[in-house]
Amino acid sequence: MELLNKFPTLGDQELRDLKKAIDRGFRDFSRNHGEAIENFFDPLLHFLVWLERLLQTSPWPLVILAVAVFAWLGARNWLVVGGTVAAFLAIGYLGMWQDTMATLAIVSVATLLCIAVGIPIGIAMARSDRVQAAITPLLDVMQTIPSFVYLIPVVMLLGIGKVPGLIAVCIYALPPIVRLTNLGIRLVDREVLEAADAFGASYIQKLLGVQIPLALPNIFAGVNQTIMMSLAMVVIASMIGVKGLGVPVLRAISNQYLALGLMNGLAIVVLAIIFDRISQGFGKNLQKHRRDEHQR
Amino acid sequence: MSTNADIKVQIRDLYKIFGPNAAAMTEHVGAGMSKDDLLERHGHVLGLKDINLDVEARHIQVVMGLSGSGKSTLIRHINRLIEPTGGEVLVDGVDVLAMSPPELRNFRRSKASMVFQRFALLPHRTVVDNVAYGLHIQGVDKAEVAERSQRWIDRVGLSGYEQYYTAQLSGGMQQRVGLARALATDAEILLMDEPFSALDPLIRTDMQNILLDLQTELHKTIVFITHDLEEALRLGNNIAILRDGEAVQIGTPQEIVLRPADDYVTDFIKDINRGRVIEVASIMDAEPANGAPQIDAGMVLDDALQSLIGTGAEIAAVTRDGKPVGSVRLDRIATALARPD
Repeated sequence: MELLNKFPTLGDQELRDLKKAIDRGFRDFSRNHGEAIENFFDPLLHFLVWLERLLQTSPWPLVILAVAVFAWLGARNWLVVGGTVAAFLAIGYLGMWQDTMATLAIVSVATLLCIAVGIPIGIAMARSDRVQAAITPLLDVMQTIPSFVYLIPVVMLLGIGKVPGLIAVCIYALPPIVRLTNLGIRLVDREVLEAADAFGASYIQKLLGVQIPLALPNIFAGVNQTIMMSLAMVVIASMIGVKGLGVPVLRAISNQYLALGLMNGLAIVVLAIIFDRISQGFGKNLQKHRRDEHQR
Repeated sequence: MSTNADIKVQIRDLYKIFGPNAAAMTEHVGAGMSKDDLLERHGHVLGLKDINLDVEARHIQVVMGLSGSGKSTLIRHINRLIEPTGGEVLVDGVDVLAMSPPELRNFRRSKASMVFQRFALLPHRTVVDNVAYGLHIQGVDKAEVAERSQRWIDRVGLSGYEQYYTAQLSGGMQQRVGLARALATDAEILLMDEPFSALDPLIRTDMQNILLDLQTELHKTIVFITHDLEEALRLGNNIAILRDGEAVQIGTPQEIVLRPADDYVTDFIKDINRGRVIEVASIMDAEPANGAPQIDAGMVLDDALQSLIGTGAEIAAVTRDGKPVGSVRLDRIATALARPD
């Protein structure tokens, strides 16, 4: 009866020892290798700092012009360009320019990093069922584990600052691009692939000439999701020392400043909408060849 | 088939069984187990059974059968898109199955190109880039690619459509792109997997004409898959009929129509217009008929009947190139026209 009413647990002492052992093991690991890992991420830090400074110190009309050009190149739509310019003017007028630039910098770097890491992983997953079976559960964990939990080891390893923040953002934002690259390549018409085989295409020729071009709409949906998710992580990343729009939001939470929280929160939303429209527009333009389908 | 003929593709004792333990199943199949039994008892699908086929150079070899008969599987063994369970495939005497991956790629690039039932064009490329695909793969230089692909675009009648995307074209035009793409590599062997089956009947006839027209000039070795007997008789120099993965008859169109190997083939040929297929040469007697009206040996029976009835004669002298080679009687023609049961 005793056994059924009370769940059999490891003894208090043993449990404490187990936790201590894990903590000690990781602490030793971070003491021994922390510096090496930090040095490894140094170029990334320099790039991030450089971009942030560039955005914050350039004259604001120049930045808005650059963003407008970027919006035009992506979406080819004057409405999107106009909306983008208006949104940035409003953000600047309401005194959030510097924070927005910092957020812009970290989101850009995080997105680039996720693309650089995620697309090759997605390609590897599409190529081999075994790799897919191994990586899928890892992606599930990355997407579902509470962000605060992986902040602990990241902070233990790298301390507080931009790089751990960037890594935290990437852990959260990486899965969609990996998944959608994998999916996109796997969805490529088997008959077209067979034709490529029949004409003697090598693996690389098939990948670059057929699979990736035909998977691009899906890959772009992945990039889009990655951008959205890294913006969503901005507030949490600010807890470990990332500057940007998340910092005032955090301050607003702890002090119950409604207006401050709302304004900065809305700035994040506006950034998200702008990025979403630009990247979706770009994805759509990539499918020009589908536009006239069934015309005849 | 004559023994001294110039054989381009030889298929020897080819077996293909689909399933996790295919090699072990060859034994059952060799012992005569049917396709249905193999599936029911061992969970394996019989694709091809003991196929032996010689494809003559510069001829059109048609492979015919209903869906599931293994014809598409067979054609994919020639360029090894499918690995056989057993047997040999020789092209110009070289074993395709022994090729290393780079050798195989090279073979596919330069020796055998393919046309697909559902076109399998690259939707993100324009017509000209699709036609040039095989040449891009080979790394041919730009100027030559442009020149060669333009030549084939013109040849299949797609001039003016170079910059269209394939989705903007009709089915018939898409298959012209597929044909031009296959021809552009100058491969000696053309593998055509039901290339015209997805097209409307009128367009299909049109495409058959284009193919026959090209063939008189190019003399490719063509393996042509179809489920349509009319198409097979029209195009084939030789026809192989498959059923449940087995070759039930291999022969010239005349042989197939006049001497069907079994009920299955008889069933196939029942509904064709015999008068437009059977040639006088196939049914004539050897003895001459002096003084009788003359007809050509290559004439189909419909035409022979027409000209014979016009003269009121009972017998005709058969000539080839103006020289007498035999004779044929009116009742012999009538018998040959009657449908077999």
